[in-house]
Amino acid sequence: MTVIRTASLTKRFGRVTAVNGVDLTVPAGVRFGLLGPNGSGKTTLVRMLLGLVHPTSGSVELLGRAMPRHAADVLPRVGALVENPAAWPHLSGRANLRLLDAAGRGGRGRDRKARVEDVLARVGLAGVDRRPVKAYSLGMRQRLGIAAALLRGPELLLLDEPTNGLDPRGIGEMRELLLGLSASGVTVVLSSHLLSEVEALCTRVGVMDAGRLVLTEDLDVLRSPTGHVRVRTPDPGSVVGLLNGQVVHRDGDALLVRAPDAGVLNAQLVAAGITVTELSAERRSLEQVVLELTGAGSDRVDP
Amino acid sequence: MIGVELRLMLRRRRVWLCWVLLCAIPALVAVLLAVTNLAPAPGQGGAFLSAVTSDGQLFPAAALALVLPVFLPITVALVSGDAVAGEASTGMLRYLLVRPVGRLRLLTAKLVSVGAFVLLAVVFVTITSYIVGVLLFGFGADAAVGGAGGITSLSGVVLTPLQLAGRTAATVGYLALCMLAIGAIGLFFSTLTDSPLAAALGVLAFVVVSAILLPLDAAAGIRFYLPTTHWLAWIDLFRDPILWRAVREGVFVQLGYIVVAFGAAWANFATKDVTS
Repeated sequence: MTVIRTASLTKRFGRVTAVNGVDLTVPAGVRFGLLGPNGSGKTTLVRMLLGLVHPTSGSVELLGRAMPRHAADVLPRVGALVENPAAWPHLSGRANLRLLDAAGRGGRGRDRKARVEDVLARVGLAGVDRRPVKAYSLGMRQRLGIAAALLRGPELLLLDEPTNGLDPRGIGEMRELLLGLSASGVTVVLSSHLLSEVEALCTRVGVMDAGRLVLTEDLDVLRSPTGHVRVRTPDPGSVVGLLNGQVVHRDGDALLVRAPDAGVLNAQLVAAGITVTELSAERRSLEQVVLELTGAGSDRVDP
Repeated sequence: MIGVELRLMLRRRRVWLCWVLLCAIPALVAVLLAVTNLAPAPGQGGAFLSAVTSDGQLFPAAALALVLPVFLPITVALVSGDAVAGEASTGMLRYLLVRPVGRLRLLTAKLVSVGAFVLLAVVFVTITSYIVGVLLFGFGADAAVGGAGGITSLSGVVLTPLQLAGRTAATVGYLALCMLAIGAIGLFFSTLTDSPLAAALGVLAFVVVSAILLPLDAAAGIRFYLPTTHWLAWIDLFRDPILWRAVREGVFVQLGYIVVAFGAAWANFATKDVTS
């Protein structure tokens, strides 16, 4: 089953084309990371998925139903964090969640309190007091925003920068939370600038640049070995002698060797009596992939 | 959503401050009048003000006439301008729409909450000014003439307390309707911008323009359709027999404003890109 499907989705704001002919497909159950520089159209895409922004052309299907026409049926099954969390600043976090829960249809009012306490506990705000949200720290607001997204027990979570403002421990907690939800069958789509975070969490990534979706691929495929092996040895000269022609690059005692199998290479070096202190198959990092595919973000202005 | 909207409004400090100020202004006037005993001469000053020193029961009418031209529209502009633009500026608008709350339902709830605000504002002013008026000026000497608690209408006929209560209630309803028309315009402006302040100032500009055009002979052709033209029609409710014509016309014009402004708000908001 497909959770998100867009067909040549385009949005223009005046003369600016924010999203340009995007065909995005997200199957159910994956953890999908949406990447791209600032201003590449990620947020506009997410807003169109949720029916907040109307496409100039193209179509959106969410959970198999056309958006925004069937928003009333689809959106109760979707939890979202769009751009950054928001709350009524003069109310406490608990009051915010209760009112947000009461604002829409569905769910019995009698269970509301339990629902709210449940999501507060899940994001680590169970003991939160009656302070108004305007007194919350950035991290607390972020947790509250995620709690609001989880409130209705969604099948699909759309999270824009979910770890923004969280400290390393908080980021770890959110990763555990999202992995747990994913294991229970929730499809998670998140956008983030923290590539390491996406690398640790996602199974599939899409990369946007200047309004276009330039790549969608499973993370395993992107990070498959490049056919090179990094070798570190106190005796680089003998390695170069032994593997003449296979050494691609040499930097002091670190070598990059063209070899299809790191294990075979290791056996070969050890058999020749060469001490190996480090050996690993080279993989492209997500950062390399993204930087190769994308240009400078819209926040950089060159003459 | 309507319940949520009302709870949100009642928990805003700004709303209570508006109500307190609206009640405080007539009270201040009453205290000054009572201390100096210098009521404006009949025909001068605010409506009914000349009569209140002789009978405190007329003070609610005088208080409404005091807050009507400026202070009441300011508070309505503040609250209605905040309706959608305020949610947009805190970012809650997108979360409400994603919850999902239908856009028409959201607008309707906002209009209802603005209506509740103006109705409560007028009611609070009426109740507090009745208490203040009776405390400071008593029931008046005329009461003896007209029986227990009777007061004199503008036409000179004595009204019974029951008649007076009924007419005050009709005044409250009429003024709330007038203010709701302003509120509906504020709701429309509030869908045009993400800034609550801009929407509120837009409403005030609208009221001021209407007030400027009102006395102009050159604007006689459109005078009937200006919202402020009919604001003082409620004074006719204190004549005996009541002159219904101006009040009836006022009700039609205000309802027209509510329908048109709400329709415009809906037309703009239904397909608006929410980028806040």
